[in-house]
Amino acid sequence: MSEMPDATFVRLQMLQQMDPPVSQRGVVKWGRENLFSGWFSTGLTLLSLLVLYWLVALALPWLLHGVWNASSQVECRAIVAERFGPDASGACWAMIHNRWYQFIFGFFPPTAWWRPVVDFALLFVALAPILYSDNRRTAAILVGTVSVLTVLIMLALEFSDYLVVGTAVLMAGLTLVAYTMTHRLLWLVAIYPFLSVWLLWGGSIWGPVSAAVGFTAVGFVIVYAQRSYGALLSMLVGVVAFLVIFLDPLSTILDLVAIPASWIGGPVTLDFGLILGGHHYSIRDLFPLYSHVSTNLQQWLPFGLAYVESDRFGGFLLAFVIGVSSISISLPIGILFALGRQSNMFLIHALSVGFIEFVRGVPLITMLFVASLLLQYFLPPGNNFDLILRVVILVTLFSAAYIAEVVRGGLAALPKGQYEAANALGLDYWQAQRLIIMPQALKVSIPGIVSTFIGLFKDTTLVAFVGLLDPLLGVTKTIRADIAWKGIYWEPYIFVGAIFFVVCFGMSRYSMYLEGKLKTDHR
Amino acid sequence: MATAAQLKISDEIAIQITAMNKWYGTFHVLRDINLTVRRGERIVICGPSGSGKSTLIRCINRLEEHQQGQIIVDGTELTNDLKNIDKIRSEVGMVFQHFNLFPHLTILENLTLAPIWVRKVPKKEADETAMYFLNKVKIPEQAHKYPGQLSGGQQQRVAIARSLCMKPRIMLFDEPTSALDPEMIKEVLDTMIALAQEGMTMLCVTHEMGFAQAVANRVIFMDQGQIVEQNEPREFFNNPKSERTKLFLSQILGH
Repeated sequence: MSEMPDATFVRLQMLQQMDPPVSQRGVVKWGRENLFSGWFSTGLTLLSLLVLYWLVALALPWLLHGVWNASSQVECRAIVAERFGPDASGACWAMIHNRWYQFIFGFFPPTAWWRPVVDFALLFVALAPILYSDNRRTAAILVGTVSVLTVLIMLALEFSDYLVVGTAVLMAGLTLVAYTMTHRLLWLVAIYPFLSVWLLWGGSIWGPVSAAVGFTAVGFVIVYAQRSYGALLSMLVGVVAFLVIFLDPLSTILDLVAIPASWIGGPVTLDFGLILGGHHYSIRDLFPLYSHVSTNLQQWLPFGLAYVESDRFGGFLLAFVIGVSSISISLPIGILFALGRQSNMFLIHALSVGFIEFVRGVPLITMLFVASLLLQYFLPPGNNFDLILRVVILVTLFSAAYIAEVVRGGLAALPKGQYEAANALGLDYWQAQRLIIMPQALKVSIPGIVSTFIGLFKDTTLVAFVGLLDPLLGVTKTIRADIAWKGIYWEPYIFVGAIFFVVCFGMSRYSMYLEGKLKTDHR
Repeated sequence: MATAAQLKISDEIAIQITAMNKWYGTFHVLRDINLTVRRGERIVICGPSGSGKSTLIRCINRLEEHQQGQIIVDGTELTNDLKNIDKIRSEVGMVFQHFNLFPHLTILENLTLAPIWVRKVPKKEADETAMYFLNKVKIPEQAHKYPGQLSGGQQQRVAIARSLCMKPRIMLFDEPTSALDPEMIKEVLDTMIALAQEGMTMLCVTHEMGFAQAVANRVIFMDQGQIVEQNEPREFFNNPKSERTKLFLSQILGH
């Protein structure tokens, strides 16, 4: 090796930082790297620009020539022709201007529109403490924004001053609560399901109140039974309590006993009772406790809203009723099925696997037909379940099966050491699941869970096939049945599609926010 | 400072294992294990990979189920009774090779979780206990960080502190230093030595023979699911009796 010349070197002045050369920074660098990195990508870029131009050239005039004020499609066309020449095409937004309320409310009575509006607002108030549990400010901003919008909508719908002021006071109060003590809003989460049913369907307030009390009672029974009997038996006790409170187990048992009894010459219907003061009290009238309580309370303290039949529901109101209830119920059920599938207990494991595989193997439309037609046959006579309720139950079960598989993926991603550490510390099964396993497994599963929910929300349009008025097919068909809007296709679909997109995109963005917030593993 | 030889070992029996056998499927992984551990004993278990040493200590808090024989921990026999198992687990601390801290909780939450939910200790008291033990393992300043932000050695010390927060009467260590970089092994071993000097009953699966010589009062050598030799450390290292032990020692101490 030759001797190095100038082996000594001393820097007397430090170099200042310089900007990179023009071709290596900003737009130029980005464009070179992403759009024109070679002859192939240059070609693709130019081709895409061409296609983009062609699409815009096609759609933009149609959108810009849109007509907002007209009473029929013929009138729309006439206005477009008059303004932009006979060959011009233009969107007929006037249809949405005329019929927007059917997209939103279906055939819900206009005088009661404030009920879904307030209900929808309260949904966000109830969601705020869940969505932003550790961010009081964001929760309050969400509730405040929803409050302002609600009052504006109420004003726009021209409801009476009492209603508008009442809503304004209620929402202002809730905003204040959201800002000062966000966790108190969790109470609203607990009562929201009952409140919501009452606001939407109306009727006596005592129905939802007794239902809420009944569910609380079932909950207490389970908790107390668990202290002395263990998990499985207390679930059984809970089921019995549920039957006694909400259904009529005694009559069913009597009817079942009557069948073999009639073979040996017994009476066809069994009944016991006693006569008091000239009135016959049948033992069959004992249950369900729930409806006795609510009927009696309504007689003493009559209070309620006008009853709205289920077939008046439609449009996005219906999509949200089915979507929101199915989403919120299917998550806990799905988690239970995922745990059941992992269980060592053979029966629970087999039932979970059977349920999940069966539901995933059957198209949703089949389940909806089961809801609308077959379910009636399986229920005891006299029960007439509401169609929307039946659809919600089956859509919930459908999505629970998918959630179960998504959560199972999250569980599989957890290292075995997490279970072992939880066990080694003496946590019992449910504590370990709730405190250690589920927080991590659900975090991993967020993208999958939200995808399932987005899919579920869009699938609510399938209820059109069982005669419910979904926003996409049901409402547009109804509107096209009007001679004035016959043959209008693009505008309603674009309108409905845009609303679906906003909702689904919102869910997707929230899931990304949540993933970022829960990222604590610093990988 | 007390040296290993001076530490008191009581006559009270902490763990009693009699004629215990275990199978993984048809593979006979533990064969006729008999072991009595007195309170205050520090036992090091060593042996080649696959010899059943981890499985043995995992049987003691029922992370693994044994199929034959008897294991009595603190006077309670390990059976299928879930209540007994949870009781024993809350009194036997365990430290794992891969730490197994809960990544979604802060260090402090990792430490207070079990005391709050299993022992029903009020949160404030649990926090104080946690800080006391974090001080002991010399990382109180990390209390509000997440496990992922700590080095391996720090995580293992947190794991030890997490077990100590349950005030266990017995500590099990399953290769606590095997997953650590060499420069971090010492800080974990120092923590364990300090623990031993306080009289904790310890069972430790490890290949750290220096630790065994400094702390243990008994070394157990296992091979093919059996206890091959056990002795006090000096005899064990200087004068191994079985051929299998001699071979093993020559392999791990040979360089």
